[in-house]
Amino acid sequence: MSAAYSMTTQWPAGLSRWALIWGGLALVTVGLFLLKDDVGWAFKYPRALIWPLKFWISDFMKWLINDLNFILFTFKDFTRAVSWVIEQPYWLARNLLATGFVQGFGLEAETVWPRLSWVGLTGLAVLMGVYAQGWRLGLLAGACFTYLAVFGQWDSAMVTLSSIVIAVPFGVAGGLALGVAGYRSRRVKKVLSPVLDLMQTVPVFAYLVPVLLLFGFGPVSAMIATIIYAMPPMVRITMLALSKVPAEVMEYGAMAGCTRRQLLWKVQLPSAMSSLMVGVNQVVMLSLNMVIIASMIGAGGLGFDVLTALKRLKIGEGVEAGLAITLLAIALDRLSQAYARRPPPAHGARAEGFFRRYPYLTAGFGIIAGTWVLGYGFEAIAIYPKDWQVTTGLFWDNIVRWININYFDQLDGFKNALLLNVMIPFKRFLLSLPWVAVVGMAALAGLRLGGWRLGLLTGAMALFPALVGLWPKAMVTVYLMGLSVVIACLIGIPIGIAAARNERLHRIVQVCIDTLQTLPSFVYLMPVVMLFRVGDFAAMVAVVAYSVVPAIRYTDYGIRNVPAHVIEAATQSGCTRRQILWKVQMPLALPEIMLGINQTIMMALSMLVITALVGTRELGQEVYIALTKADTGQGIVAGISVAFIAIIADRLIGAWANKRKKQLGLA
Amino acid sequence: MDERPVKLACRSVWKVFGGGAAGLFAGGGQPDDAALGAGNFIAAVRDVSLEVLQGEIFIIMGLSGSGKSTLVRCMTRLIEPTAGAVLFDGSDLLKASASELTNLRRHKMGMVFQHFALLPHRTVLGNVGFPLEVQGLSKPAREAKALEAIELVGLAGREAYYPAELSGGQQQRVGIARSLVVEPDVWFLDEPFSALDPLIRREMQDEFLRLQAVLHKTIVFITHDFEEAIRLADRIAIMKDGRIVQIGTSEDLVLNPASPYVEEFTRGIPRTKVLTAAAIARPAGKGPFAGTVPAEAKISTLVSEVLSARANAVFEVKDSNGRAVGQLSAKDIVAVLSTEAEAP
Ligand SMILES: Nc1ncnc2c1ncn2[C@@H]1O[C@H](COP(=O)(O)OP(=O)(O)OP(=O)(O)O)[C@@H](O)[C@H]1O
Ligand SMILES: [Mg+2]
Repeated sequence: MSAAYSMTTQWPAGLSRWALIWGGLALVTVGLFLLKDDVGWAFKYPRALIWPLKFWISDFMKWLINDLNFILFTFKDFTRAVSWVIEQPYWLARNLLATGFVQGFGLEAETVWPRLSWVGLTGLAVLMGVYAQGWRLGLLAGACFTYLAVFGQWDSAMVTLSSIVIAVPFGVAGGLALGVAGYRSRRVKKVLSPVLDLMQTVPVFAYLVPVLLLFGFGPVSAMIATIIYAMPPMVRITMLALSKVPAEVMEYGAMAGCTRRQLLWKVQLPSAMSSLMVGVNQVVMLSLNMVIIASMIGAGGLGFDVLTALKRLKIGEGVEAGLAITLLAIALDRLSQAYARRPPPAHGARAEGFFRRYPYLTAGFGIIAGTWVLGYGFEAIAIYPKDWQVTTGLFWDNIVRWININYFDQLDGFKNALLLNVMIPFKRFLLSLPWVAVVGMAALAGLRLGGWRLGLLTGAMALFPALVGLWPKAMVTVYLMGLSVVIACLIGIPIGIAAARNERLHRIVQVCIDTLQTLPSFVYLMPVVMLFRVGDFAAMVAVVAYSVVPAIRYTDYGIRNVPAHVIEAATQSGCTRRQILWKVQMPLALPEIMLGINQTIMMALSMLVITALVGTRELGQEVYIALTKADTGQGIVAGISVAFIAIIADRLIGAWANKRKKQLGLA
Repeated sequence: MDERPVKLACRSVWKVFGGGAAGLFAGGGQPDDAALGAGNFIAAVRDVSLEVLQGEIFIIMGLSGSGKSTLVRCMTRLIEPTAGAVLFDGSDLLKASASELTNLRRHKMGMVFQHFALLPHRTVLGNVGFPLEVQGLSKPAREAKALEAIELVGLAGREAYYPAELSGGQQQRVGIARSLVVEPDVWFLDEPFSALDPLIRREMQDEFLRLQAVLHKTIVFITHDFEEAIRLADRIAIMKDGRIVQIGTSEDLVLNPASPYVEEFTRGIPRTKVLTAAAIARPAGKGPFAGTVPAEAKISTLVSEVLSARANAVFEVKDSNGRAVGQLSAKDIVAVLSTEAEAP
């Protein structure tokens, strides 16, 4: 151990050479500035050389939709078929949960079968909580659903829920299928990996554009976008979970004479079940996140309510809908997590008869059927009466008004100070840098941290926004992201340190960040808009709030995971608590903290794109514009640029942390 | 020698890990150490030939990493051997098609694993019935058979338990029951008792011998524990660095070790537990004899009987057919005991 530590204090032998190279790059940059008039191309990417990729993509899209023909059927037939397959269960769920089965249209419409009663569904939520974990979870889930009814959010929430109930099975099944394929074939895995990387870093809006073009405006498009968006983690988790099934168990399966299919279905998937359930939880949460965002393309539901409230600056309504999303998210998250964590089965005398053997299933059906029948007699059981509804809209409006009246100057002053002294200068600085130098820097950093392949990758990815003519917007993205990440770290790392050193604080912080993490990104816009209206500053606050969680979590985790014997040794040699923190824990936790920062960057980018809704001028806005114009090429090119920024950051930090962990003997 | 038929045989079996290992055997030759060292190869099994007879307990022994697991997986084709042939009932297993192989495994082979490898989501009954389920047997039929097997290994009453609720020894009983439920011809056990406490291990060995006395399976048993080997074995193969160094009865290995490596293995073992009466018997005299001892009895089982007799009493040694093969006296046994005491 001690040998490993002492090594790290020596400077690497190559330092001087690298210092020289970095110095060289700095010199070149300064030189470029001096010759600015002669080498304008190095600052502003020449218009004539812009790569017309976005037109190619748009043309390709047009060709897909208009001309592609598989002889027996056209591409359009294919997309229609896909729509149809997804549409059927979707309408079924929507009728069941939200609208009821209706015959006829307009005024003549007649409800044939009413929707499920709110009492019944709330009861079902309680039952699921009790089944998965116990009464506490049951009550929590029940309370969340009750809120939806009492505060008049039920209708929208059920629309959102019906999207989720359908998107999740599709996402899970698709993720499983791809994951199994990737697990079985190396070649498939090789193709899947970069695609998954890209899918997880491309901003959500970018998905919407092509989906919108292919499937039209409406709930089905939203569902498809949701399924695509929610699938990647399931694919990854499936591949990982399958490969973690112990080799002996697989060998046993083979020796028992399983066919390939039996091995998969009877041995491997059941053995991997608890890991797979973690994937299901992810799919549920991502689906919720996306369903909310996809309200923009006609899914309706809670996201739509928030969006309209935002647009009309109806703060109170927005907050209520936002809270509804939050509670729905918490209920779904806790329930699906509890299922993933259910203790292994224990023996017990098996009761005779179906009802006794499956008491929960029976009770569930009983509740639904009973309340449904009762609903015919008592209207209040079927549909929560309007008169009983409570609204807090006015209350929130008043709070915001009060804050704006009493604290407007402080808030505004703070905002302006930060804008004038930090944000704008930093933005100007970044925009003034020659793109050539920035690309060179990215390549060099890659080269230094991960060898020439990484250097080539980061260089090429940094070049991409310049090539497609999006350089300035990419720089604005980097500026907003960079500042947000710095601030998130300044807030998150100290909290993480404090939580790591204090058990009680740790528990409180855990609950807070667990909750923060379940919230769909959209929700963060609400309070920000309330307080700061629109613009870069508002965007930054939202991004910081959204992305601070991993900075806290990883810092806490990294410090806690410093091996106990190292701490003991330091205590033994007379370190104070403070010295232990700074001289032992922090250096050893640094790689973990860096991974947290990496996550923070990823989350910051994904949020940043959504802040286009509050008027930022970065790549997200580009995607958003493309969405409104239904311009696939523009949307995808901008989306890829964002993804590349994310991937550059991810690879560089990942390479650094790996190297460091190895040096410290922690890997 | 033994006239029982050969059930399972390996002919020059090789397993070389590493890309392009098949190239080493191009042209029918065998690689030498230089060729193996040149690439990034790991030769886990080298040129192994052996024959397992019908109904015998054949033990493969060796230190960790000597290639035992790899060898037994080559015999079941869980690992594809790089070269050589594996004859199962005289036909080459390596030439069997996928479906033939599946069939062989379903009906003729059973395997027990070091870490039990139970399916965590199934009860004892579900685990034991699993191989039958895979074959497509109806539920009542497979549960009846599974219950029999569970009874056989002494787990009756625990059918509804899940693996996580059982002790290590009980879990391995489930592993044994489910490998026996298809009534296999050949039974492979890869260090089945290594993960158990010494006391439980002992108990399971007795259990194993009891089962074998009833079932008469052909058994390939892997262990790295020589004491376990001599307790259970008919014959033992000793492996080192992928090669078989010696094959023989425990007596052979103790009396005529082929190499210092084998000698090292047998060193700590009490001679009285290995040697049989026949091995130390002298040519029979004319008596009178104080009694008869069976030829295949281990010395350790004779000590009290012989030593408690008159000072120079002579015992007749007779084999299982009742033929006299020699005689022995208390002095002979004391001689064995005293060499044991001298050994370091
Ligand atoms: N899949 C593999 N790829 C590469 N090398 C392997 C592989 N499996 C086994 N080996 C190597 O082959 C050698 C023999 O391994 P094997 O597992 O057969 O030993 P063993 O005698 O069963 O040891 P143990 O008593 O530890 O189980 C070891 O050096 C091991 O590292
Ligand atoms: Mg082994």
